Amino acid sequence: MAKTLYDKLWDSHVVRELADGTCLLYIDRQLVHEVTSPQAFAGLRARARGLWRPEANLAVADHNVPTRDRALGITDATSRRQIEALERNCRDFHVPLFAMDDIRQGIVHVVGPEQGATLPGMTIVCGDSHTSTHGAFGALAYGVGTSEVEQVLATQCLLQKRSRTMRVRLEGTLPKGVGAKDMALAVIGKLGTAGGTGCAIEFAGSAVRALSMEGRMTLCNMAIEAGARAGLVAVDETTITYLAGRPFAPSGALWERAVAAWRGLVSDGDAQFDHEWEIDVGALAPQVTYGTSPEMVVPVEGRVPDPAAERDPARREALAAALAYMDLRPGTAITDIAVDVVFIGSCTNARLEDLRDAAAMIAGRRLAPGVRRALVVPGSGLVKRAAEAEGLDRVFTEAGFEWRDPGCSMCLAMNADRLESGERCASTSNRNFEGRQGAGGRTHLVSPRMAAAAAIAGHFVDIRHDL
Amino acid sequence: MQRFERETGLVVPLDRLNVDTDAIIPKQFLKAVARSGFGINLFDNWRYLDHGEPGQETARTPNPDFVLNKPRYQGASILLARANFGCGSSREHAPWALLEYGIRAIVAPSFADIFYNNSLKNGLLPVVLPEAVIDRLFQAVEATVGYSLTIDLRSQRVFAKDEEIGAFAIDAFRRECLLEGLDDIGWTQAREAEIRDYEARRRHEAPWLFAQAKGHS
Repeated sequence: MAKTLYDKLWDSHVVRELADGTCLLYIDRQLVHEVTSPQAFAGLRARARGLWRPEANLAVADHNVPTRDRALGITDATSRRQIEALERNCRDFHVPLFAMDDIRQGIVHVVGPEQGATLPGMTIVCGDSHTSTHGAFGALAYGVGTSEVEQVLATQCLLQKRSRTMRVRLEGTLPKGVGAKDMALAVIGKLGTAGGTGCAIEFAGSAVRALSMEGRMTLCNMAIEAGARAGLVAVDETTITYLAGRPFAPSGALWERAVAAWRGLVSDGDAQFDHEWEIDVGALAPQVTYGTSPEMVVPVEGRVPDPAAERDPARREALAAALAYMDLRPGTAITDIAVDVVFIGSCTNARLEDLRDAAAMIAGRRLAPGVRRALVVPGSGLVKRAAEAEGLDRVFTEAGFEWRDPGCSMCLAMNADRLESGERCASTSNRNFEGRQGAGGRTHLVSPRMAAAAAIAGHFVDIRHDL
Repeated sequence: MQRFERETGLVVPLDRLNVDTDAIIPKQFLKAVARSGFGINLFDNWRYLDHGEPGQETARTPNPDFVLNKPRYQGASILLARANFGCGSSREHAPWALLEYGIRAIVAPSFADIFYNNSLKNGLLPVVLPEAVIDRLFQAVEATVGYSLTIDLRSQRVFAKDEEIGAFAIDAFRRECLLEGLDDIGWTQAREAEIRDYEARRRHEAPWLFAQAKGHS
């Protein structure tokens, strides 16, 4: 029978299936960070349970780490305790860890692929919803809670039910200046933030095949914002080329065997999906969110919508509440919205390609006078080093941006990088929820190019025509 | 895990779409390394007028307009919510905070996947009822001070006094785990031999998945 990519990945990891369809599923790789793991390790200690396969895990601190003056250590006591707990747990349970002073340290979803610890055909979990990122490699990857982190540490398995399958075909050639982030936001705008609930979304079509691995990661990263636990992209030459020579990837004869197997990680031609969508991206515009849910998104030439035009009462109320929080009036042109802060970073958009895209928009110009802060936070120490080798750091700093050390930073504001109440931010991150980037902060999600352009202009601009 | 069999309790309505886990428990409280202490900060940004930080000892200023602070809803154990409840971050601190506050079940038209799963692992029951039923429940709760529901997991039914409000679905395995208070890890460890067999087969088929990673620090 014809199988989807999801079916192939699922079927090859079932240890046992129960009568109601619940499966004991084998997990090949777990990525661990400091925020969602301490209670899992504590649970293991409390019941004197050991790790099933310590080397199947890879740990790195990212959510809480400072992005400057690291030589001074972590000044926030609660953050420091959490990172020290991770270090102690990894030492005691023999889990490989990239420490804060290791050049390989960075955001867990940037580090995994960069190291080749993310491989096609794997099941990958992490106590973080943006684990969907790794699906870009033809791996089944999704976020789990702390109880499941503990279960994988102890048994290398999870009890799960099969998801429904959805295919989103993105067809056509993207216009200049429009990229994977815009596609991701457009998909969420169309499906809604719960449109993918219960589904694994396979992204397919000519516009996806044309994306680099970085772009595919951006797309799969945001599958969770459409409600889907997992995003997927089929394996092709782009995938294989990216992985060749990565530290954790196989080499020699084993590489050849692996590649031969990986080439089969595509949906069969006549495979049936539970849901199918097709979006023509040939005329897609840069996207900007205006509200407090990623589905509240419009093209840059659009305007803030009017709640009065919304017929569903619950949605009308949600939109009115969002505009009140965002301090936006219906009908305001997106390009008339001024920003106070710009954040370029996060597991969505902190890879080398993202930094290149942003830097290309700046080219010798300076931050607009109204922009109080602009941060560039590379996704890993290796991304940072590569960007510096190309001189990107100087492009940013000469324009007035701050060039920081790697971490999650202002995406969720668990460290010192945060918005003050009332500040408005053009952000390359993934969530515009109330208070996400700091209590009272207002987030507009955009691509790295759009964020950089907003930093220079002081407001959103249609980068297809201006700059 | 806390067992769940049947819960009768006061219903508190949270009339908002897409309530995300950042709202349920804001990020600053995620720095804790323990599994408890989150109840006091449930819905922190909505529940208090002043900004909260972990370990704060000064008294907080409750927001009188927030539904959880209204006298008529004190002691509620069932949360009535709107679609896509629990979306966003995978933080299990969200169900921990709800449970610690005293919520044992949430009734909504839909839940985000990870939150739904996390809730079940902690003995917090997510109950999905049709949108129209939820609409009627919101009206009934608004109209009746002291409105309460009974959620019976064994029969998978929801009652208001003796009137049946609706039936809900739950996987048989999950239902069993909740009724018995079973731990997934214990269940899985009893299948150790099967996991070893699977691994042996996979080591043969796909040995690169088991290769020792290079370059660990």
